[in-house]
Amino acid sequence: MSEHKNHISTYKSQILVLLTLIMLTVLTVVITSVHLGPFNTAAAMLIASVKAAIVLLYFMHLKFDEKIYRFMVTLVLAIYAVVIIITFFDYLYR
Amino acid sequence: MTGNTSTHRLPSYLEYQGKYTGILGWILSTDHKRIALLYLYSQLFFFLAGLVMGIFMKLELIAPGQQIMGPQAYNALFTVHGLTMIFLFIIPGLAASFGNFMIPIMIGAKDVAFPKLNLFSWYLFIAGAVIILIGIFSGDGPPDTGWTFYAPYSLKTNTNVVLSVFGAFVLGFSSILTGLNFIVTIHRMRAPGMGFFRMPLFIWSLYGTAWIQLLATPVVGITFLMVVADRMLDIGFFDPAKGGDPVLYQHLFWIYSHPAVYIMILPAMGAITEIIVTFSRRTVFGYKAIAMSSLAIAFVGYLVWGHHMFTSGMSETARLVFSFLTFLVAIPSAIKVFNWTATMYKGSISLEPPFWWAMAFIFIFMIGGLTGLILGSVSTDVHVHDTVFVVAHFHYIVFGGAGIAFFAALHYWYPKMFGKMYSKKIANWGLIGLFVGFNTTYMPMFFLGFMGMPRRYYDYLPQFADLNLLSTVGSWIMAASLIVVIVNLLRARKGTPEEMDDPWGGRTLEWKIESPPSLENFEEIPVIDSEPYELKSK
Repeated sequence: MSEHKNHISTYKSQILVLLTLIMLTVLTVVITSVHLGPFNTAAAMLIASVKAAIVLLYFMHLKFDEKIYRFMVTLVLAIYAVVIIITFFDYLYR
Repeated sequence: MTGNTSTHRLPSYLEYQGKYTGILGWILSTDHKRIALLYLYSQLFFFLAGLVMGIFMKLELIAPGQQIMGPQAYNALFTVHGLTMIFLFIIPGLAASFGNFMIPIMIGAKDVAFPKLNLFSWYLFIAGAVIILIGIFSGDGPPDTGWTFYAPYSLKTNTNVVLSVFGAFVLGFSSILTGLNFIVTIHRMRAPGMGFFRMPLFIWSLYGTAWIQLLATPVVGITFLMVVADRMLDIGFFDPAKGGDPVLYQHLFWIYSHPAVYIMILPAMGAITEIIVTFSRRTVFGYKAIAMSSLAIAFVGYLVWGHHMFTSGMSETARLVFSFLTFLVAIPSAIKVFNWTATMYKGSISLEPPFWWAMAFIFIFMIGGLTGLILGSVSTDVHVHDTVFVVAHFHYIVFGGAGIAFFAALHYWYPKMFGKMYSKKIANWGLIGLFVGFNTTYMPMFFLGFMGMPRRYYDYLPQFADLNLLSTVGSWIMAASLIVVIVNLLRARKGTPEEMDDPWGGRTLEWKIESPPSLENFEEIPVIDSEPYELKSK
């Protein structure tokens, strides 16, 4: 087993992540005023997914962890994405 | 394998005296084998409770008209029967009992990765059961929604839905934590030399199961909380009058509950593989294909939930997509069956009771699987949806498949777990009775379903009477046989210990240690230097 090394993030990267998250939150609010029909929900979920990915990668250090964990988390999220997309198929074509 | 020679016997896990003795030595033990037995006994208790309810339901259906109970009691009975059998017996299934017992031993470890979490999972399991039990006997009576808790009825009924779904929610946590424990154990605690492709196939099936437990169970947990929120806070997730959608409930429920079928059946398939390999006296045919098919079933099983909803008002496109995806599951399932058959081909088959149980599993599971094609195809499903055909199919898969595999595994690993042997003759007769009783009970329901008899009614039209009578008689044969099987196993517990280290000529690690195993399984962690199921390694 390889010895685990702790990654220490810089202030700069932390602040950049924070600003990105705030910007995406603003975008979530703004996009509600644009009429996209059923895609409003899809847009909101897409933005939320990007935000979650940023938190996972930077704040939870997934980016600096071993590949196997990145693979596992990506696989799990991909399965959930497929499940949600299939559910939305029903609503879009009903 | 090297490094595992035991010349003297250590106290077994059954005899070992730790910090606590008596009952405390069991309910406070973090030994995976004791926890496995806690699950085993609890599950068998719930199974017998569910069986009694099933017998009463069948008794009500012995003839048209009201026999021993009215419609409300019947509705409550099939709901509680389903809750008990699904959530308290077959979802923990082989994973909680045999998985707990065998994973560390089969991968050459002393325990699971998180022993305390393992015990906590059992406590959550019991807590969930107690909450459901309180729900049955308190408030406005047991739920009458069916085990699926479909909205909008589950939001409207005055019966005790909230406690029951909360109990199921707690049980979900037990399942998630067990899955997590198994994944970490399999990844981190394999003996030196045991690569992933040297693991026994039972472990592969449990690995696939554990991922489903971890990923699918939270969905149903959230769904149940949404039902509670709808009932108590009047939010309206599933109420069209408030902008909600009852079909959304079905989506969320089946996103978990279809993969849950694979939580039930995958470990069963794994145990059957072990039995067939051992008693065929051959190496397994298609090791990698069987291992990968477990993962493929786990993955594709995620994407087929909509076949439960073909008549729910779901869109045409979604119905076609789900029907297509459903047929894909047949491929990895068939891979397993073909490989089992190929393993037996030209084998020197030893006809011991576990092998017969495995054969009964394949026969019944095939009928369950093939009738599943009728339900997976949109056009034929519409005809038989919500008829007793579905109930028959489900019981062929879940009871005839997972349930019989549970008993097959019990007969296979019993000498290992207890160091004693049951009467093989009685075990065989019990199986014959169960096989006859099972098919007599459920086969007529396929025909009744095609004839149009709806499920979940305490009464039926006179033209369904003969087949229902036959089915009820079958349920008596089935129950009597199950009692014979269980009494045979319980009697053997009281028998004198025999030399049982490897009564079947098994080749996986559990057969290379003493029976019953010692507290830490291995005096010395073994080093694996051979492929699984190699004949020469014995």
